[in-house]
Amino acid sequence: MRVHAKRAVALAAGLLSPAVVMADWTMNMAPGVTGTSNQIFSLHMTILWICVAIGVVVFGVMFWSIFAHRKSQGAKPANFHENTVVEILWTIIPLAILVAMAVPATATLVEMYDTSESEVDIKVTGYQWRWRYEYINDDFGYFSSLSTPREQIENRQAKGENYLLEVDNPLVIPVGKKVRFLLTANDVIHSWWVPEFGVKKDAIPGFINETWTRVDEPGIYRGQCTELCGKDHGFMPVVVEAVPEEEYNAWVAEQRAAAETERQLTEKDWTLDELMERGEKAYASACASCHQPDGTGMPPAFPALKGSQIATEDMAAHIDIVVNGKSGTAMQAFGGQLSEVDLAAVITYERNAWGNNTGEMVTPKEIFDYKNQE
Amino acid sequence: MADHQTYYVPEQSKWPIVATVGLGVTLYGAASIMVNGNQGESTGGSWFMFWIGALIMAYMLFGWFGSVIRESRAGLYSDQMDRSFRWGMSWFIFSEVMFFAAFFGALFYVRVFVVPWIGGEGDKGSTNMLWEGFQASWPLINNPDPQVYQGPKEVIGPWGLPLINTILLVTSSFTVTIAHHALKAGNRAKVKLWLAATIALAVVFMFVQGYEYAHAYGDLDLTLQSGIYGSTFFMLTGFHGAHVMLGTLMLFIMLVRIIKGHFTEDNHFGFEAAAWYWHFVDVVWLGLFVFVYVI
Amino acid sequence: MSSVADTHSQEHHHGPAKGISRWLLTTNHKDIGSMYLIFSFAMFLLGGSMAMVIRAELFQPGLQIVQPEFFNQMTTMHGLIMVFGAVMPAFVGLANWMLPLMIGAPDMALPRMNNWSFWLLPCAFLILVSTLFMEGGAPNFGWTFYAPLSTTYGPPSTTFFIFAIHIMGVSSIMGAINVIATILNMRAPGMKMMKMPLFVWTWLITAFLLIAVMPVLAGAVTMMLMDINFGTSFFDASGGGDPVLFQHVFWFFGHPEVYIMILPAFGAISHIVPAFSRKPLFGYASMVYAVGAIALLSFLVWAHHMFTVGIPLAGQLFFMYATLLIAVPTGVKVFNWVTTMFRGSLSFEAPMLFAVAFIILFTIGGFSGLMLAIAPADFQYHDTYFVVAHFHYVLVPGAIFGIFASAYFWLPKWTGHMYDETLAKTHFWLSFIGMNLAFFPMHFLGLAGMPRRIPDYALQFSDFNMVSSIGAFMFGVTQLLFLFIVVKCVRGGEKAAAKPWDGAEGLEWTVPSPAPYHTFSTPPEVK
Ligand code: HEA
Ligand code: HEA
Ligand code: HEC
Ligand code: CUA
Ligand SMILES: [Cu+2]
Repeated sequence: MRVHAKRAVALAAGLLSPAVVMADWTMNMAPGVTGTSNQIFSLHMTILWICVAIGVVVFGVMFWSIFAHRKSQGAKPANFHENTVVEILWTIIPLAILVAMAVPATATLVEMYDTSESEVDIKVTGYQWRWRYEYINDDFGYFSSLSTPREQIENRQAKGENYLLEVDNPLVIPVGKKVRFLLTANDVIHSWWVPEFGVKKDAIPGFINETWTRVDEPGIYRGQCTELCGKDHGFMPVVVEAVPEEEYNAWVAEQRAAAETERQLTEKDWTLDELMERGEKAYASACASCHQPDGTGMPPAFPALKGSQIATEDMAAHIDIVVNGKSGTAMQAFGGQLSEVDLAAVITYERNAWGNNTGEMVTPKEIFDYKNQE
Repeated sequence: MADHQTYYVPEQSKWPIVATVGLGVTLYGAASIMVNGNQGESTGGSWFMFWIGALIMAYMLFGWFGSVIRESRAGLYSDQMDRSFRWGMSWFIFSEVMFFAAFFGALFYVRVFVVPWIGGEGDKGSTNMLWEGFQASWPLINNPDPQVYQGPKEVIGPWGLPLINTILLVTSSFTVTIAHHALKAGNRAKVKLWLAATIALAVVFMFVQGYEYAHAYGDLDLTLQSGIYGSTFFMLTGFHGAHVMLGTLMLFIMLVRIIKGHFTEDNHFGFEAAAWYWHFVDVVWLGLFVFVYVI
Repeated sequence: MSSVADTHSQEHHHGPAKGISRWLLTTNHKDIGSMYLIFSFAMFLLGGSMAMVIRAELFQPGLQIVQPEFFNQMTTMHGLIMVFGAVMPAFVGLANWMLPLMIGAPDMALPRMNNWSFWLLPCAFLILVSTLFMEGGAPNFGWTFYAPLSTTYGPPSTTFFIFAIHIMGVSSIMGAINVIATILNMRAPGMKMMKMPLFVWTWLITAFLLIAVMPVLAGAVTMMLMDINFGTSFFDASGGGDPVLFQHVFWFFGHPEVYIMILPAFGAISHIVPAFSRKPLFGYASMVYAVGAIALLSFLVWAHHMFTVGIPLAGQLFFMYATLLIAVPTGVKVFNWVTTMFRGSLSFEAPMLFAVAFIILFTIGGFSGLMLAIAPADFQYHDTYFVVAHFHYVLVPGAIFGIFASAYFWLPKWTGHMYDETLAKTHFWLSFIGMNLAFFPMHFLGLAGMPRRIPDYALQFSDFNMVSSIGAFMFGVTQLLFLFIVVKCVRGGEKAAAKPWDGAEGLEWTVPSPAPYHTFSTPPEVK
């Protein structure tokens, strides 16, 4: 009894503490770390103060009337109901204010639209529900998905500092260089936003939108997908690490090497256990959001794989649906998204986890052949 | 003043509620047909529902218009009432114009912006990265992804059947006007003749249109599924065709009423409404001819 | 012929029919007006309950009571039901009740069609709400239903949703046609256009907007229907279409739609403020021109909802400038109201309280709208709670307070009784506080970076969310008080005079309270 009570208290305290410790009453936009974000911030403040000023005047007159011209105070109504001069004035003055607002806004906008002369080009693709970053000049790319554990989301564990704003593989960019983003999406519209850069742009399937940034301070910057993109729209954060140039170059070299090793892994002879181990990870990051960690899915939208006919019997159909997806449903073609190794691993995993004990496995080579026979 | 005193307000009417049930049941049935069909389930019950709804709608239309016609012939309607009908019909036609405007807007947007962008031109030209090998053209024969949307072999040129159809419809606008003038002049035989001629032209139009569709589907592979050209083509001509049918039905009812001796020289709003509608259908066609077929 | 004789003879017995058939078969503008108002309040409660689910889930970070799937359905249905079910029908209800009374007409121009317009609404919402119980769930793609989330990736119930929208559209278009025909054709002799009460003017222009944009919405959903069920590729790049095409068509409807939800409130406020200031409305003519200007401009600004989708720079600039311009005529209206109050003889009964709150809070909402209109800044605001704050400020203390103000203003005319002023003032103050508590912190949340349409959020947003939820519950519960006040007023209370407000002007106050079942069978003469 006592133990339970203690545990409950500890859990409750753990659950509530972030709320208390981190009490945060941020009220305004952050100025951010780029030229664009600073310009936006100053535009924002200018307009805000203009509005406040107009508000003070308008509401001032109103409150004056409310206090001074009350019937209960014996106010007698005047009878005027027109005054051309005043009416013209209060048409012209706001117009002038608006023009004054539009000028700096136009300048900022023109600059934001200038994507020329970039030094690094990164293709950003939105998927349900993660991002893929491709360094088009350097020939490698990877996925970036939420890394907050389910337990925290479901309140079974205390929430971490960067709850919902943390990913497995952040985007890495060099400081001080103009980075151009080519945004697109694979399924529905997403929107890539990093508040501190002042960059937000929709990622639209079938089209490429361009935008850019130049970050001067190294650091980790966090944002989120801002276009409703289905179930896990709230769970696809953007994390960007801006690092000094040497560090960036080293990182790029490392990634290129890793991409090469990955290609070699396809050739290796894999055992069932190795595939299962790798498959579990790949499944958790790519598939679990729909089919659930325990493979039970969320019928009818997302079928269960546990005990599913495809995942227990027909191997060919299984490979086919994972590699090619099923058009018109949320089940995407993973053939282009995952490496051969991961595809083999995930399929093997699905055929052996959660009591689907078929004992069957498929090797990366087989997947490679399958893809290239078509 | 006298006008106002006799503004006719029917006390109660069952038609609105019948119409609601009819429309609701029809559309619910239609939606079930599509949803069940997509999931490979049986659609028998849905079709049944759809037809029940359609029957109720038909009953309502006869009943409602029937009572309006009877009231009108019983002289319950004042001039003011007549003006209400006129405003009603004009604004209804305006709403139809805006409905077509949505589709024309889609067509213009696609032609002026989207297809060139995908083809690598203009502000979003880098989009072409995703569609290597795609070249912008209009009519769009090769779609960006021909695996998903197989493009048409060819599209329908303007100077064959569409030109004939244009001539038919323009002529029908004249014939219906002649009929109208004849009605105002009290020459009933002439009304019947020219109204019948209008309907005949309309029927031929629909026949030609049907033939053209068969040709498009059968020989050219130009279908709803053949990419954006087919989509806009069939959406615009299809909805226009549906409006032609409705207009023809209206004209036909007017013909029946003329034969039955309804309407007078200066009181025949039903006829005029049908004629207005017919002119509207005609004007939409001219827009279609120019923007869908010619340019 | 006999049936004609029947209907004709019915014209002579006055007063409503008995039983349910009175409501099902009626052609009386007052009955239909009441039905619209009751329906819209029911929808307000339904849509509001969904907002309560949203706010309860957002009370704390983490997933507590609903799953993300269902949360999205709640957001979507809340938006749709509030916009199409609560606000629009409420204004149509007010129009039905008041337009004939204000212009001295015996009824609406096309009474049977009027009844049909109403009954289509319950039918449409029955279908819409039934999607909640369908396999795959209700629409979950936001009230803006952007493709391809709503087409290729939509739940099966989307097709039903589309037809529900079609039916609502038919209803709105017919309602609007009726309003226009009534105003243009049924005015009492002597009531020139520039003598029409402002509520009539604003409704005339609203009706025009409705007829112009509801068909465009119908076009948008029809394209969706074709993409989903018949293999067209309007919104699919692989066939040469574009998802953004959907957004253009939708917002061509959507932006005028937001003015449809506010212009009639402008009209009503322009009656209430002079009545309780005991002073004529300042700048009648400029009020009329301002509404006209807002309506025309509203067709040229739609892409301000799409600043981040990547429209070309020239377009971006055009839409920014056009949007900014709308502040000018709207400002004229605000200034006119304030000047009307200036040097009046003010008293603060419930309608006036709501009207004053309307002016202040709507203006705040307008200011945030203006901030959103600055395109570069919108890159930061877009799709965050700042936008949610903006539109709730124009919709809740705007549209909804406008409706409450009108309801209290005209309740004596409708029921023949005075409502309970103390309770009404309580309703006002609780609503006022609750509403600000609920929606003001949303500005901060948005600026701090909280996206909209998310069921769970990062920890730095916790505190303001909790405040907001508490305010929302407070506001929500308060609305039950309104229901109580209205029921109480219908059932009895102090008898209302023909003109219960000493400063009020207009034909509606020349008939007894409650307004007889048939009014102005003989039109009054307007000097
Ligand atoms: C009743 C409804 C209503 C009304 C009246 C308005 C009024 C305005 N709205 Fe709002 N709006 C919505 C409902 C409404 N809006 C909704 C529902 C959305 C979100 C939709 C969605 O995405 O779900 C939205 C979203 C929205 C956006 C898109 C934001 C985004 O998604 O990123 C923008 C951007 O420009 C905008 C701007 C404006 C402007 C400039 C006005 C102007 O009309 C305001 C004018 C009024 C004033 C300015 C105040 C009074 C004026 C003065 C006192 C004069 C002097 C003032 C100056 C010179 C500064 N609105
Ligand atoms: C006229 C329109 C209107 C109105 C009146 C409201 C009213 C309210 N709205 Fe909103 N809202 C929209 C139009 C409107 N809304 C739109 C268009 C969206 C965008 C949707 C989208 O993103 O697609 C939106 C989105 C929206 C969101 C964002 C959701 C998201 O992004 O995920 C939130 C969150 O707090 C919210 C809250 C509220 C609240 C608390 C009220 C309150 O004012 C409601 C108060 C009313 C009641 C509560 C009902 C009465 C009381 C009872 C039935 C008794 C029971 C009460 C209790 C148990 C407390 N609304
Ligand atoms: C965005 C949601 C989503 C993700 C992520 C996803 N799936 Fe699916 N999956 C679906 C849907 C929806 C279907 C049902 C398709 C249909 O209608 O047949 C499906 C079906 C399947 C099936 C067939 C099941 C059956 O019995 O019909 C398999 C196997 C499968 N997915 C494996 C995977 C694997 C492996 C991954 C990760 C690499 C994955 N899925 C990721 C949504 C998803
Ligand atoms: Cu991706 Cu929202
Ligand atoms: Cu807008």
